[in-house]
Amino acid sequence: MTLELSRSLLYLDDITVSFDGFKALNALSLLIEPGEMRAIIGPNGAGKTTMMDVITGKTRPDEGSAMFAGRHDLTSMDEARIANLGIGRKFQKPTVFESHTVWDNLLLALKDSRGVFGTLFSSTSASQKEAIEELLETVHLTDASMAMAANLSHGQKQWLEIGMLLAQDPQLLLVDEPVAGMTDAETAQTAQLLRKINETRSVVVVEHDMTFVRDLDVKVTVLHEGSVLADGSLDHISSNERVIEVYLGR
Amino acid sequence: MIFHRLKHISWDLALGVYVTLLVLAIAVPFFNLVVPEGSAFHLSTYMVTLLGKYMCYALLALALDLVWGYCGILSLGHGAFFALGGYAMGMYLMRMIGPRGVYGDPVLPDFMVFLNWKELPWYWLGFDIFPFAMLMVVLVPGILAFAFGYLAFRSRVTGVYFSIITQALTFALLLAFFRNDMGFGGNNGLTDFKDILGFDIQSDATRSGLFIVTIAALAAGFAICRAIVGSKLGKVLLAVRDAESRTRFLGYRTDRYKLFVWVVSACLAGVAGALYVPQVGIINPSEFAPANSIEAVVWVAVGGRGTLAGAILGGVLVNIFKTWFTGALPEFWLFALGALFVLVTLLLPRGIIGTALHYREKHLEKKASEDNAFDEIAPEQPHDEAQEELERAGA
Ligand SMILES: Nc1ncnc2c1ncn2[C@@H]1O[C@H](COP(=O)(O)OP(=O)(O)OP(=O)(O)O)[C@@H](O)[C@H]1O
Ligand SMILES: [Mg+2]
Repeated sequence: MTLELSRSLLYLDDITVSFDGFKALNALSLLIEPGEMRAIIGPNGAGKTTMMDVITGKTRPDEGSAMFAGRHDLTSMDEARIANLGIGRKFQKPTVFESHTVWDNLLLALKDSRGVFGTLFSSTSASQKEAIEELLETVHLTDASMAMAANLSHGQKQWLEIGMLLAQDPQLLLVDEPVAGMTDAETAQTAQLLRKINETRSVVVVEHDMTFVRDLDVKVTVLHEGSVLADGSLDHISSNERVIEVYLGR
Repeated sequence: MIFHRLKHISWDLALGVYVTLLVLAIAVPFFNLVVPEGSAFHLSTYMVTLLGKYMCYALLALALDLVWGYCGILSLGHGAFFALGGYAMGMYLMRMIGPRGVYGDPVLPDFMVFLNWKELPWYWLGFDIFPFAMLMVVLVPGILAFAFGYLAFRSRVTGVYFSIITQALTFALLLAFFRNDMGFGGNNGLTDFKDILGFDIQSDATRSGLFIVTIAALAAGFAICRAIVGSKLGKVLLAVRDAESRTRFLGYRTDRYKLFVWVVSACLAGVAGALYVPQVGIINPSEFAPANSIEAVVWVAVGGRGTLAGAILGGVLVNIFKTWFTGALPEFWLFALGALFVLVTLLLPRGIIGTALHYREKHLEKKASEDNAFDEIAPEQPHDEAQEELERAGA
């Protein structure tokens, strides 16, 4: 166990979260290896978002442990600290800073001093500008760089948020339903983008869109009522009767 | 290209503020001191003091706009910081009375002699030293704001709950300062000041001097707020205002950012109060009245929240209106204030300056899209310059 723990990037063990007695997560255990991309599927209310809340410090589990890179106990840290450890998160509902430009959204996300006085006296360096330009290109927003984030289309906001994630330069990305509300073409592009991101980072992606999950072509974990129902390749879990019953066969 | 112009709007506005303040700083003393009293252009000393008071209110409004407009922290207790700065100045002025009080005690202010106190309480020590007193003007509100903000922001008290406890704060101070045994003159407060830095506080020249210092403080406060708002920290503040939890997930400790502007704002409010006291000649517990703090919120809303210049304008305009209105119908002032707030919220939600800026932006956007054909054939700007411009566009 110790060996396994020290090797895995993210280690969730026996996590339970209850809201007024209702168990949103029920003894959930999950391991993510460095460099891995994992797709998480499961019916509405399965606890996918709650799991991300636990990992990012938004929700404290009632029981269980959550370790990052073998040594950081996530259950004892706040959101900012966890973000600075190298865990980035994209929310289910795209949340970008609406009254800032696309450029400023990326600037704020860019890895840099997060201290009050550091930001008060900070100025954007040439290398930071270059990094932002590169990110703009990656998420296809170069032309919109000076647009207010509020004026972006839904799909563009999703991408901007992915761009902000990348700007943080995290080791682990948690991506909650990135293609909700996207066109087919955008969905395919997003899958491509995530695969590219995965070349250098670990990714956990929650998604309902099965075509998209098939496109990603990675190990899939099925959550149901707060715990893992099955995992394996998409073909493998597609033939699992329990999975068909609670999710795929709906 | 449009952002290039937007940057200019913000500069035009700031320049407008600085120029107006400069003109006032020269013209008001000039028409009071140089233009002879018989002349139709003479400005009475009463008017100088009144204008000085408005400038103090403008500085308070500016302080409030920094936290409310840019960080979404609606303080309903900024009057407390204003009053604390005022009391610190009042204590200096009391010590300057010296043996000229009614009871002629060389050290103790009259109210202490009246209460049969034999010696100065420890917290009055040092207030006869001007630099020390000025330090307290900033430190006392600053430290209170720090302690209060530290607890509130750390435990993530936000929104209405935060506003309510700021009201409670100022109300608690109101009650405390009413008490005689607090040692701040109780109900009557501190008054009967004689001089400041050796200058007769009643003289016309001193009045003009105080006016100029107030203008300078307002200009400095404006410059400080602009520097904060224009920095990357300012962008973080807007991010906190619009989506605090998202900002946390980016790794920012939002409570510290809030604490920073909160303390800066309280210090500015303290300075405003300190300049107010020698001009009106009195400070008493009524300055802590919860209604005062709410009034300040209305000034900012009227002028335009989140514009800085708007706060200054609102602070002045609403108070001109108040002077006029309370002269005519004093009992109805609170109703008028309420009505003003409702009207502005419904008809002019961006406030005066906010609305003006909004229409200018719209106009420029339209013009920019008409110019588009031209922009396309125009040679592209060198990259760096364009980028720098983009950077500053938010400022
Ligand atoms: N703060 C909360 N208070 C009470 N119940 C909650 C809270 N957050 C989540 N829940 C409940 O926990 C369960 C799991 O929710 P969660 O958002 O994790 O599901 P999900 O798998 O992300 O679903 P979806 O596919 O709809 O996004 C749901 O039944 C939800 O109602
Ligand atoms: Mg969810």
